Amino acid sequence: MTEFLQMGGDGAYVWSAYGITLAVLIINVWLVRAKRRAALRRALELSTQTELPRKQPTVRRLQ
Amino acid sequence: MKLPRWFHQLGSPPYVYRLAERLSPWLGGLGCGLLAVGTVWGLVIAPPDYQQDEVYRIIYIHPQTAYVGMMAYVIMAVAAGVGFVWRVKLAHAAAVSAAPIGAWFTFCALCTGAIWGKPTWGTYWQWGDPRIMFEALLLFLFLGYLALRGAFDDRDKADRVTAILAVVGVVNVPIVHYSVEWWNSLHQTSTLLSEGGPAMTSDMLIPFLIMFAGFTLAFSWLLLRRLQAEIIEREGNARWIRELAVEGAP
Repeated sequence: MTEFLQMGGDGAYVWSAYGITLAVLIINVWLVRAKRRAALRRALELSTQTELPRKQPTVRRLQ
Repeated sequence: MKLPRWFHQLGSPPYVYRLAERLSPWLGGLGCGLLAVGTVWGLVIAPPDYQQDEVYRIIYIHPQTAYVGMMAYVIMAVAAGVGFVWRVKLAHAAAVSAAPIGAWFTFCALCTGAIWGKPTWGTYWQWGDPRIMFEALLLFLFLGYLALRGAFDDRDKADRVTAILAVVGVVNVPIVHYSVEWWNSLHQTSTLLSEGGPAMTSDMLIPFLIMFAGFTLAFSWLLLRRLQAEIIEREGNARWIRELAVEGAP
């Protein structure tokens, strides 16, 4: 196990590279979730401030 | 010319939102699975390299993250171009969504490259090296695009102006790719796209390709989820978004 972690003496390089990549992936997932939550909160605020717009009339194509 | 129905549907925010909703669990699940399998395969099962011994294992993350960064730029430029020419709002939303993800992956490629450079080239960073400089330029194009957006209060104006930057900057992508062939760089030439097939045996090539697929799927998942959030933000007044917000509220 320690042999695996040492990576032939280059463990610090291999593990820091993998660590940074994992961190970037996690940060991206977190950022996209935060953005979604913020956008939904704003949409909810809009819907409580103003009335929901009337349902739009459907435009039918002339046959 | 009559375009197929699905082509028009791709311009409709609710249609694309629901399509993303249906696709993203598959992309996310499969992407995570492939990344897990590829990481274990690359770190544990694949044999050490005859020249670089164990440190070569960075090859299972570094080219993949660099490639995702470049792909993100191309997607951003094409989407921004479509939005500019045909005034498709959803295309601008897609361009904006690709930018931060591309920036993060390009940043990751620069970091993992620097870490790999120390034990193999003897330096983390080499000013003037063409591959490193053009890859750094790619990061600055992403950051410049995002900073330029921030300078506008009007979203439509920001979309149109930044689209020009995105489209012009796309020339940098082939330059990054060919920089190792056009100039003398510390960086090696492509292992996968070398003359006479990949310069790797299959026990290294399989995890290498699995990681490419895993990162591509993970990127697609991030892009679709970001696009959904962008649609919610832009279409906040639409009835279906309000219903979605009320439904999703705790």
